[in-house]
Amino acid sequence: MNETKKASREPLFHVVKHAERSAKQMILFRLAAVLFSILAGGVFILLIGYNPIAVYGTILEGAFRSKMAFQATLKFTIPLCICALGVTLAFKMKFWNIGGEGQLIMGAVFATFFALKFPHWNHWVLIACMMVAGIIGGGLWGLIAALFKIRWGTNETLLTLMLNYIALHLVSYLQAGPWRDPAANGFSKIARFDKNAALDKVLGIHFGWIIMLVLVAVIWVYLRRSKQGYEISVVGESQDTARYAGINVKKVILRTMFLSGAIAGLAGVCQAAGSDMTLSMGVAGGVGFTAIIVAWLCHLNPGMILVVSFLFGILQKGSSVVQSTYGLSADSAAVLQGVILFFILGSEFFVRYAFVGRRKAKKEGAN
Amino acid sequence: MSQQNSAIRCSSITKTFGSVVANDSIELEVSYGEILALLGENGSGKTTLMNMISGIYHPDEGQIYVGGEPVSITSPMDAQNLGIGMIHQHFKLVEVFSAMENIVLGTPGRLKSRRAMKQEVLDLCKNYGLEIDPEKRVYEMSVSEKQTVEILKVLYRGAKILILDEPTAVLTPQETDKLFNILRQMKQQGCAIIIITHKLGEVLDISDRVTILRKGKSVGSVETAQVDAAKLTELMVGHKVSLAIERPEPVDAHTILKVVDLTVAKPDGSKGLEDVNFRIRSGQILGVAGVAGSGQKELCEAIAGLIPAQKGAVLYKKENILGKTPDEIIDLGISMSFVPEDRLGMGLVAGMGMTDNMLLKSYRSGKGPLVDRAPARDLAKRLMKELSIVTPGIETPVRLMSGGNVQKVLLGREIESNPNLLITAYPVRGLDINSSYLIYDLLNKQKQKGVAVVFIGEDLDVLLELCDRILVLCHGRVTGIVDAKTTTKEEIGLMMTGEMSAEEKEKEAAEA
Repeated sequence: MNETKKASREPLFHVVKHAERSAKQMILFRLAAVLFSILAGGVFILLIGYNPIAVYGTILEGAFRSKMAFQATLKFTIPLCICALGVTLAFKMKFWNIGGEGQLIMGAVFATFFALKFPHWNHWVLIACMMVAGIIGGGLWGLIAALFKIRWGTNETLLTLMLNYIALHLVSYLQAGPWRDPAANGFSKIARFDKNAALDKVLGIHFGWIIMLVLVAVIWVYLRRSKQGYEISVVGESQDTARYAGINVKKVILRTMFLSGAIAGLAGVCQAAGSDMTLSMGVAGGVGFTAIIVAWLCHLNPGMILVVSFLFGILQKGSSVVQSTYGLSADSAAVLQGVILFFILGSEFFVRYAFVGRRKAKKEGAN
Repeated sequence: MSQQNSAIRCSSITKTFGSVVANDSIELEVSYGEILALLGENGSGKTTLMNMISGIYHPDEGQIYVGGEPVSITSPMDAQNLGIGMIHQHFKLVEVFSAMENIVLGTPGRLKSRRAMKQEVLDLCKNYGLEIDPEKRVYEMSVSEKQTVEILKVLYRGAKILILDEPTAVLTPQETDKLFNILRQMKQQGCAIIIITHKLGEVLDISDRVTILRKGKSVGSVETAQVDAAKLTELMVGHKVSLAIERPEPVDAHTILKVVDLTVAKPDGSKGLEDVNFRIRSGQILGVAGVAGSGQKELCEAIAGLIPAQKGAVLYKKENILGKTPDEIIDLGISMSFVPEDRLGMGLVAGMGMTDNMLLKSYRSGKGPLVDRAPARDLAKRLMKELSIVTPGIETPVRLMSGGNVQKVLLGREIESNPNLLITAYPVRGLDINSSYLIYDLLNKQKQKGVAVVFIGEDLDVLLELCDRILVLCHGRVTGIVDAKTTTKEEIGLMMTGEMSAEEKEKEAAEA
């Protein structure tokens, strides 16, 4: 009787922290997660009455069917990838920069100033000024949270989040007030940029993609090989250790947050002067938030960020085609994205932990 | 041993974590009215075993018996119901609660009136010969009082089987004696006690029997009366070890660092150090003794330039280094290896491998914006060989390494930077015998090279054997600087509680 009582009291399964898995296992895990997410997404599509295979096919076709479609896919990819690289710097320092969105917007705002006020400057001077302005705008926006953090120990998550809304509503003020397009008949919008202020096209797409590729390489080297990158890792792991090693922690935090914001700002310039050709409330459109997911999904690895951003680009462009082809609402495309993210992020749990069932534990014990 | 008297019996307990066998068919038995010492090097599976008894882990194989009955302990709650109480090394108390509130926390007793609660606690104290003011808040308590509350907590829950994990690590010799008296009294009351400790002297002092673990296996149980320290070490390590610590004569001792009237404030505004005066000589080891939190940390940090001083001076080769930045001080050849309680808090980056940790203080020295990792990799490989550091590879994160190896990495790096002054705090904290002696050897080698070594330690026996001079701190004040060869443990113990040495008293009188 004692035996049966014992058995019933032993829990059905334990959650056990798994030993570090090999790289190969981790890749298999993630591939399995992708597979599962596609299956689950398919079930969802089936439930709302469509053919999953056809819908998935349309997504892929929509992203690649023509040169135009592919360019559009890349246009989604560029700001996302650059912004994810930006937040990666801050995350590596364990500084929870949720403000990629705001920093991106501020970069776009600063660049727009030059595009609107000095459209007749020499093209390259103007583009250079816009780039620098974007870097400074985004960088300063990032710096605010860092300054408050080291001066008063404020919570950077809340502060960067709130700064997003300030940036967003600053755009709303600018388009309704000082920068309103006089030709828009009182409609609240900012004028289209002069052609002179547009980013040049290389191989049919604005040259933001070159910036993106260069940044991927630069950030990789910066984080893995440079002294400053080393400092970021140390500060991220333990500020006490950093202090003991003689690292100026405050300086590192300020510098890194400026860079983090600056890169996001650059993404804003690409979006405004490359794709949108104007500044609007939708300049960021949630890219700053998606960038956070991308950065974590890739474990802050710049190469992976490029790949995953591109996959997100496909999903984004493909879903818009699905929307128009099948009349599916934008919301169901969002659900699909959510399902996929859920599975991939959920798989991270199984990378680190394992369920050990009661029976299995017994069997193992008997061996 | 009669069967009905048995408190806990573990029969061929096995527990594996992944591919690591932490416990391999371990046998252990303790009876009511007996004190059992559990002895073993780091990583020999003591904590794993105790965690299974207290319900944190579940054994893969084997059976635990409590009072002769087979039981399955699946949660700390089960353990509590079976009368098993564990006293952890780090106190788990609510600081702003009073002693009695902490004691009744989480039991039906918390609903009683304050008066009844107090009476209960006092009765319990009386039964076991403990002393505590039930109304006193935990944050006002000394370490040993907090420990008493921890003990009362488990007794209140009806524990008859007590497990203490390194309870003396934070106590002065006097407080340790007091604790041991309490334990003896509890033994008289019929409790079964398992005590985990590294200090052999204490094992011989307090226990009736000793069970020794080595590499996850129980290598045997012995009656304490029939063994001595050398025999225990032999059982623990597996071969004969010499327990004598060498103390080579200092060579060419001259003052390298002079601390004058150093006063440092803690973050909360209270005095961390007050008018501290002493000299550090090259080729000598200066020991620093004191109860944990007597100003050791402030002393280290002030010399290393990490916290500002309110007044005084730190003269390094006659130059005042107060006000210099930490990296300027590192460049002067002052090196510090501070091993905090969690070992990885300062000095090493837990998530990085050996290579990157080697770079921590030297990464700035190379030219250009990029870090050159090649020399660090070579250094890591060399240290691994010279100090026989056990790790899967030099890129394996140090957090996955065992305590002893982590400390070797830390100290090895500091020594490799060829310091003139090496400050090391708690370098053998939690280390097993073999590793500890290796560390003492390393320090002695530095001393013979003419390096001034400051050794902040916990074990007075070690301080007395290893150091040339010992500085005693109490509440941030120096209560004595004594010659280690002529002083006794009792004298230092007294100074640790604030009693000034005769010499210091004279000085005070002269100043006044």
